[in-house]
Amino acid sequence: MTGAGPATPAEAPALGVGTARRERLGVVAVDPVGPYTLLLLERGGLEPGVPGQFFMLEAPGRVLPRPMSLCSAPEDGLGFLVDPIGPGTRALCALRPGAAIAVLGPLGNGFELDVERPLLVAGGIGIAPMPYLSEALGGPPAVVGFRSGRHAEAAALLPGAEVVVEPTLVTDVLPADSGSVLACGPEPMLEALAAVAPGAQLAWEAPMACGYGACWGCVVEIEGRYRRLCVEGPVLRAGTPE
Amino acid sequence: MSVPLLNASGCLDALTAPDVARSLDAFVTKTVTPLPREGNPPPRIAETDHGMLNSIGLQNPGIEAFLRSHLPRLTELGVPLWVSVGGFSAVDYADACERLDERNEVEVVELNLSCPNVEEAPESAAELVRAARSVTRKPLYAKLSPATWDVAETARAVADAGADGLSLVNTIRGLALDDGTLRPKLALGAGGYSGPALKPIALACVHAAALAVELPIVGMGGVASGRDVLELVAAGAGAVALGTVLFSDPLASLRIREEVEREGSSAMRSLRVAVRGSASTPVPSPG
Repeated sequence: MTGAGPATPAEAPALGVGTARRERLGVVAVDPVGPYTLLLLERGGLEPGVPGQFFMLEAPGRVLPRPMSLCSAPEDGLGFLVDPIGPGTRALCALRPGAAIAVLGPLGNGFELDVERPLLVAGGIGIAPMPYLSEALGGPPAVVGFRSGRHAEAAALLPGAEVVVEPTLVTDVLPADSGSVLACGPEPMLEALAAVAPGAQLAWEAPMACGYGACWGCVVEIEGRYRRLCVEGPVLRAGTPE
Repeated sequence: MSVPLLNASGCLDALTAPDVARSLDAFVTKTVTPLPREGNPPPRIAETDHGMLNSIGLQNPGIEAFLRSHLPRLTELGVPLWVSVGGFSAVDYADACERLDERNEVEVVELNLSCPNVEEAPESAAELVRAARSVTRKPLYAKLSPATWDVAETARAVADAGADGLSLVNTIRGLALDDGTLRPKLALGAGGYSGPALKPIALACVHAAALAVELPIVGMGGVASGRDVLELVAAGAGAVALGTVLFSDPLASLRIREEVEREGSSAMRSLRVAVRGSASTPVPSPG
C-alpha cells in the first residue's frame, strides 16, 4: 500500500511545511476509552506542535492516511484519540504495541492560546484535542457533550469538565458570559457556538487526503471562496466558514 | 539507473510544500485555466479500497494571477517548471500557451486534455494540441485520458498535431457510494480515480502509446515504489510522475529513487532501449 513506505527517523527530511516531519513511530499502548481508542505512539523526532494542530497517521492497509489532532503529549510520546467509524480508523484502533506506522506532522494552524478566560467546549470525538489544549492553558473550565453515557466515558480524559449527555447540549449549559470559547466537535455544535460566541475558535473537520495543501480536497467555504482547511485551519475564528 | 521523477499535476502545491517540490526533478503545476475557477463543491475526495476519487474541478487562480503572483515564487524554488494548462475550447488553450511562450522560466507546457471533473472542450485532443502548437515553441506534452479504447490512435493524432511528448495517464472516472446511504460520497457524484488501482491501466496505455509513436512519455498512475517506476519504464516511459502516493508520503521520491537505483539493473536499461528504439518489445503487444 502507498502509505507503508519506510521513513528513517534519523534522516527524516523537512517538507518545508512548518516543523512537520514524517517518521515511522512505534505503537506504545492502545487503550479503550468508552467507544474510542487512545493510541499512544513514540514521539520520535516529531514536534507535538500547538494544540489543535494535527498529524496524518498511516492507516494500515489503506491508501490514504487519516488526520488526527493531538490528544496528549506525554514525554517521549504522542497520544491520539480515535473513533472507529470507518476502515481507516478501525485499522488504527486495531494496532497493537510493537507495530509501527508512518506519522506526518504537526500540520495546520492550532488554537491561539493567548486569550482571556478560556472556556473549552467539545462534542463527541471533538474531545480529542482538549486534554493537550487544557494542559497548555493550565486547566481552564470545560464543557463536554456526548450522545450517550458510554461515549461520555471519554470525559475521564478531561478531569473537572462539566459533562452533558444528549438530549442536553453543550450550548444549553454554556454560561451567559462564556469568555473565550475554544471548541471542537460536530458541525451543528460548532455552528451553534458561532451564533452565541462570536470570535470563538472552532476546530473543523473535512475529508483530507494529504494534510499539507497538496490535494485541494479539504476545502471549506470562507468568505465566499473555497479554501483548504489544512492550510487555513483546522482552527478558524467563528464566522469564517459558511 | 536513474529515472527522472516529477509530480502529477494537481498532486502537489510547491508553494505550500517547497521542499517536496525540490525533491523532484521537475515540478508540474496544478492546471491553470484562462479564467479563475473556484472548483467543485465539497466533499471532493473519497478513499476506496484500492485508490481514491477526487473531484476538485480545476480550482486555480487563472492565468493572469498565476503569471503575476505564482510564477515568480515558483521560479525561486530552483526546480525545472512545467505548467499544466487547461481550458474549455481551443481558444482557451491557445490563449494560455501564448502567454506562457514568452516566459523563459517555464520549461514545458503540459496540456491537460483529459480532466474527468469538468466539461470537455468540443475540439479533439489533436485540435487542441494544434491550437497550442501554433502559438508557442515551448515543448508541449499532451496529457491523455486512459478512458479510451485505443490510446495509440490519440497518441498518433496528437503527435501529428505537434506534441513533443505525452503524459500518460490522467485519472479515470469512478464513483464511490456511502456505506450507509448508498448515495455518492462526492458532492458531484463521480470523480477521477487514482492510486494503486490505476497502475495496470497506466501500464497498458504507456505501452500502447510507446509502440505507436516515438514521443517521450511521462508515465503515471498508481506509482508508489521503485518497482512501479521500473514497470512504467519497461512499458515505454522515459520519466515517471508521482500522484496519489504524495498524499500519504510527501517525500516518496527520495525512497523511490533509492529503490530504482537498487532494483534497476542493466537488464532494465536494455528493455527501455528495446521499447524506445526498435520493433522488439519487452512486453507482448495486445491482440
